[in-house]
Amino acid sequence: MEARRDVFQAIADPTRRAILTLVALQAMTPGAIADQFDSSRQTVSKHIQILTECDLLKQEESGREIYYQLNPVKMKEIADFIEPFRNMWDDRFNKLETIMKKYKSKKTK
Amino acid sequence: MELKTKINAKDGRQELVITREFDLPLELLFNAYVESGIVEQWMGTKVLKLESKKHGSYRFETTNAQGSIVFQANGVIHDLIPNQKIIRTFEMDNTPFGVQLEFYQFEKLTDETSKLEMHVLFESVEHRDQMIKIGFVQGINMAHNRLQDIVKKLKIKY
Repeated sequence: MEARRDVFQAIADPTRRAILTLVALQAMTPGAIADQFDSSRQTVSKHIQILTECDLLKQEESGREIYYQLNPVKMKEIADFIEPFRNMWDDRFNKLETIMKKYKSKKTK
Repeated sequence: MELKTKINAKDGRQELVITREFDLPLELLFNAYVESGIVEQWMGTKVLKLESKKHGSYRFETTNAQGSIVFQANGVIHDLIPNQKIIRTFEMDNTPFGVQLEFYQFEKLTDETSKLEMHVLFESVEHRDQMIKIGFVQGINMAHNRLQDIVKKLKIKY
């Protein structure tokens, strides 16, 4: 049996992070996910497989289709749920601060 | 390093409060929210419309390198009191997040520092948690990019 995959390794890949972003918005079929990328379906499907093995994605069957969505329980395990959201805002506000400081010095010149 | 941004999102509530103290005079902080050219810079989006006045409205749009739209948001400004308060709605187009009601409170701390409190109300607890979930993923992306920047600097150094 394959060793359990490392969650942090899983989210280190840009394509896999893009997949997480997509399914965070709505549950998607593997085909719909693959359509969003230039890579081959096999490549994307491999990424989905890794994310599923790490429990970052949840599978749900609806009729003949399988839908993937984000598994918030696992997300909570990686870090405090709110922390990355806070990081995002902090980054944004840091940017605002930097821009306005430059703006100020330009104005006083 | 401790983050300057605080977020209060109590379990089971359909609201959250984001607070941040800025190393900026109050007027400059407020400007960052009302001047479209500046909003474009720090939000990283194109501002199609921004009427910074009572009963005005706004529209943001971001396109990727291929020209397709990756982010669209709009809302109306219910009230705007310069250097004090903005009350507005916020809605991301083509997403299931619904409409948020946002109260921005701007406050002077000293001549060179100021504080922003952002009180955001969602339609339901589920809507709020969904938005945090999105932030989670974006947060991961940003943290990773920052990590890459740091690693790049290390590479140059050694």
